[in-house]
Parts: sequence; C-alpha cells; structure tokens
Amino acid sequence: MTYLDFLLIFDSALRLATPLILCAMAGLISERAGIVDIGLEGKLLAGAFTAAAVATLTGSAWMGLCAAVASSVFLSMIHGFACITHKGEQIISGIAINILASGATVVASVALFQRGGQTPTLDRDERFSPIDLPSTEALTDIPWLGPLWKELISGHTIPVYIALISVPLIWWLLWRTRFGLRLRAVGEMPAAIDSAGVSVTWLRYRALIIAGILCGIAGAFLSTAHGAGFVREMSAGKGYIALAAMIFGKWKPWSVLAACLLFGFLEAGANRMQGTPLPIVGEIPIEVVLILPYVATVILLAGFFGKAIPPRALGTPYRKER
Amino acid sequence: MLKTIVGAATAALMATTAMAADFKPAVIFDMGGKFDKSFNEGVWNGVKKFIDETGAEVMEFEVTNEAQREQAMRRMVRRGATIVLGVGFAQADAINAVAGDNPDVDFAIIDVSWLDQPNLRQYAFKEHEGSYLVGVAAAMASDSDTVGFVGGMDIPLIRKFACGYVQGVKETNPDATVIEVMTGTTPAAWNDPTKGAELAQSQMDRGADVIYHAAGGTGLGVIRAVADKGKLAIGVDSNQNGIAPGSVLTSMLKRVDVAAYDTLKSAMEGKFESGVNVLGLAEDGVDWALDDNNKDLVSAEMIAEVKAARAAIVAGDIVVHNYDRDGECPAEFQKRTLSASLSADDITSEIKALGARLDELEAMLK
Repeated sequence: MTYLDFLLIFDSALRLATPLILCAMAGLISERAGIVDIGLEGKLLAGAFTAAAVATLTGSAWMGLCAAVASSVFLSMIHGFACITHKGEQIISGIAINILASGATVVASVALFQRGGQTPTLDRDERFSPIDLPSTEALTDIPWLGPLWKELISGHTIPVYIALISVPLIWWLLWRTRFGLRLRAVGEMPAAIDSAGVSVTWLRYRALIIAGILCGIAGAFLSTAHGAGFVREMSAGKGYIALAAMIFGKWKPWSVLAACLLFGFLEAGANRMQGTPLPIVGEIPIEVVLILPYVATVILLAGFFGKAIPPRALGTPYRKER
Repeated sequence: MLKTIVGAATAALMATTAMAADFKPAVIFDMGGKFDKSFNEGVWNGVKKFIDETGAEVMEFEVTNEAQREQAMRRMVRRGATIVLGVGFAQADAINAVAGDNPDVDFAIIDVSWLDQPNLRQYAFKEHEGSYLVGVAAAMASDSDTVGFVGGMDIPLIRKFACGYVQGVKETNPDATVIEVMTGTTPAAWNDPTKGAELAQSQMDRGADVIYHAAGGTGLGVIRAVADKGKLAIGVDSNQNGIAPGSVLTSMLKRVDVAAYDTLKSAMEGKFESGVNVLGLAEDGVDWALDDNNKDLVSAEMIAEVKAARAAIVAGDIVVHNYDRDGECPAEFQKRTLSASLSADDITSEIKALGARLDELEAMLK
C-alpha cells in the first residue's frame, strides 16, 4: 500500500459517502426540528429518478438536478402535510413515502421510457462531469501535496463539493443564526417557541423543505454524477444508512460527516481489498471482505458509540393548548 | 373409405388447430429485468424474434424479489401456459418444484443443467470457452499487462467466466496480471451500477486497462466508468459493443436468444424435447462480438489469434478449464503454442466471414 493507494481509497470513499452526507444532513435538520425523517430513502430514490428522466428529456444535468430537488421537496411536503398539519404518525408517513417512491419511480419510468424501469443511459454531457479545481497543474510536482490535491481534492463532480459544503452550512445555519436557534428549540420544546409567538408549523415546514432540497441533490448525484441513468431501487438502502450515520453522529453536523466518511471508507476499502493479497494472511475470501464494513459498523456502534440523546420533541406532533 | 380419409384429415386438421390454440407460452424474466442490456435482454431478443415471426402471444413476468419466482410460474400454469421458460440459475429450485407438480406442462430453463424432470428442457453454455476468447483479446489489447474482471454475484457460474478469462489472458501473455473482483453475494449484486463503476475505478487505479464484466446491470456501470477513463471494457451475454462505441473492445456473446427462440419454436411445432443442451464454441452457443462499433479497436493480429484459439478449442487442442467440474481454478497456465499461422488473406476472409455472420444475426433478430 503506497501513499497513492491510500489517496485513491479516500477518493473513492468520498464519492461513496456523498449521498450519505447529503441525506444525513437532510435527516439532521428535519430531526432537529422534531420530525422523524425515515423517508430519506424514498426522497433519495425519487430524486435519482427525476434527475435521470429530466436529464434524458432535456439533455441538461442541471435541469435534472432542479427537477430532482423539486420532486424531493414535493415528497417532503407530503410528509409535512401528514405529520405537521394533520399530526399523523411520522414513522408511518415516512415509510409510506419510501413505498410510494419505490413504486412510482418504476411506474413512471416504464411509462416514459418502456425499458422495464430503467432510464436510458446518459451521455457525457447529460451528466455532471468531474471538474478539475484551479491550480491542479501548478501543484502536481510538489511531493505529497501534489497527488493529494490531484487525486483526492480535485476531480470530483459538483454534487460532491455541494455535499462537503453543506456540512459547515448546516452547522452555521443551526448554531449561528436566529432561524437555527428557533429550529433547534422547536425540536426540544415547541411550546416555548409557540409562546414566543413564532409559528411551530412554519418552522417545521421550512426544515422539511431544506431536507427535501438536500435529498434531491443526493438523488441527482446517484443517477447523473456517480451513475449514468436510473435503475430501479438504485438508492439501495443508502437513505437508511444515512439515518444510522446521523444517529451515530449524535445529530451533530461534524460528527455526522465523520460517520458518513467512515461508512464510505469501509466500503471503498472493501472494494479495494478484493483480490489483493495482504501481508501475512494472503488473499482474503471475498465473503469476508464484503462483510467487513458491516462488522466494523457493529463494533464501532457497540464500542465507541456512547449515549445518543435525540431532540426531546422528536416524533411528537405539536398540539397547541387551547 | 372416403369418409374415413376425410375424417382422418379433419381430425388431423383439428389436432393442428387445437395444438396452435393450446399453445400458450410464458417467460419469467429474472432480476435485472428484460432490458438489462445483458442476460435477460438476450432472452427477450429471442422471444421478440419469435413473436415477430409467428405473431404468437407470450405471457411475461419480471421477477423483482426472490419470493415471486415460484409464485409467478404457478400463476402462469394456472393461466393456462403450455410452456414456461425460466431465465437464469436462480429459478432452478422454483422450476424444479413447479415442473414436478405439473407433468402436463412443458418447462425450459436457461443456465441450468443439473435438474431431473421429464418435462424440463435445460440449457447450459460453455461460458468458459467464450471467456477464453475475450481473454485472448484482452491480453493483446492491454498495454499495461494488467486486465480486470468484475463479476456480479459470487456463484460458481461467474467463477466459470472468470476462470476461462484468466486462462485466455495467461496463455496469451503469461506475465499479465488479472485483478478479479465480485460485486456481492446476494442477487442485488446484479443491479448495482454505481458499485460496478466504483469497482472498475479501483481496478483502473491499480493499472488495469481492459476490464471484462459478467455482472448484468452492474456491468453497465463498469462499462461507463471504463469509457469515461478512456480504457477498454468487454461486454457479456448480449452484444454490448454499442453501449459505449469505441470503448467496448468486444463482448462475450452467449446465445441465450437462440436458446429461447428454439425452445418456443419447437414447443409451438409440437417438437418440444426435454433434456440438457450444452452449447459451446463448437455449437455456436458462445462467441465474441465483432461489429462496426469495435472494428477500429480490434487489430488484424488479434482477430487471427482469437480465430486460431477458437479453432484449437473446437478441435480439442486447447482444453479450457471448466470451473464447474472441480470448483477451483488452476493458479498457473502455460503460454499457448499454436502451430497455425495465418496469412494476410486468411485474416481478410475471416473479417469478412465474421461481418457476414453478424449481419446474418442482426437480420435474424429484426
């Protein structure tokens, strides 16, 4: 294993972690406002489908991204309508969204493209291409930093950078603005916010809108940046893993980012270890390699986790006292 | 006397019309769906050709989770299917059970050869032979002497692809390295293009410049990632040269379309026979694909070498190791020595012959 090998594994980890980061940030902001968001998976899937479908039809990845955000926000609003306006059970509503997305994407895809639930493969200009950050050339010859910049930091697609920027942005929004203070308060003690004369309903809706935007970007990343087209169920449980990462990171943006990167790193490491002989043990059977990320997750969750305290009002709809 | 002849004739006529009316075929596509550009789509191409030719109605079902296989087959039988075609090894247990319970209905399955039912026709392919050929092409196309293999679900069938490929590569260039990975151990591994892209990326990071996939829908991600980096991919099952023209070196063709077509056709004509059919290079059951999309990627030497290897396999001079037989793949292979040397004329005529064969196949599918 050379330095470059490590960089390439981290590079792959970053790509694999991108949808997790975006979804986990979406979950974080929504749960900080007191709404359980188990529908991340569904929003991610809907976003992925809409992005691929619109990118195919219009030929523009950006149009795809916008449409993905719109569809994901729409699902978020259904969730909000059910469990904020009508005070429904949040888990049920979230699961309903997942099921709805899983079915509706395939139906819409069959209706539009007649390819058994897939969208056509996207051409290069219908996708987000990797972008080279400025001064990549200038830095190439510098040892350590040159390869670090070239292989790891530069050369990703735009959604990857959006995901990385979303973390400080969410942190700033929640801990440095008045809106963020109120949003966190609404997740802890909505009655206090209500008595201060601020609308609990509108605050929670806004949290869900932001969550929808983030999931939409994650979906667009899956189908128009990391992949090249929609395949049924392509979210493959990433929404749930993001939810786990969010709890693992104790509802704090930086810890959640670390958790997502860890999951990404474990998967990238597993991909890389296949078929590579290791010192002492030799080549490891594929089954063992594939199970490693899950084993590591269990060990980490059991050993290094500590106590996670969710927002106090999480999952309970707010009823105004009359 | 006349009466009896007329009677016999009407009876015969009635028998044929009755047979045609009774003919109700059903196809159960497996996970990945019939447009996976790979295995299922190959079957679908054969079915489509049959429908276009005969105008028959074919009932279809696309399995989306494991529990549906047997259910779908039983439902097809209940709906009056006279022949049920299963697609893929994963349906073996289901078809075995349903065929046992319905001795009057004909069944056929592709990629299975180990079942024993009197009303079941089974198709298996010598994938290792086709994989050997694309291995020869890969070894010759590689500049880095490192080539890759991405498998779908880790099952003996996919190991068989891998082993034939490794042998083809190593016997062409004993110094070459083959990086072999599998996507997963569950059926979801057939349909995860982003993971396929990530695996291909990881192989290219390690120096691979030609990557062969046997991974269904996951392979689409492999081909895309390889094409984005300007390297070469090798397709599988169907002719995938057109998915990324100029980036797919060739495809290992597995003529599941022929198997599907023959099954339906023979059933329609009342000539259905049960038993096991194993199709290899000699039977044109597997092959490599050469068409307009890859003609600039394949050199004349490559065609000559692949042709020579092909002839040697058919003649039995080269024995491609069959992973199914012993469940393991030899670690060492010796460089192949072929006495056959081809003249320039041979090569030109071979190119022409391959082109003509492909045109013929395309015409057949249209």
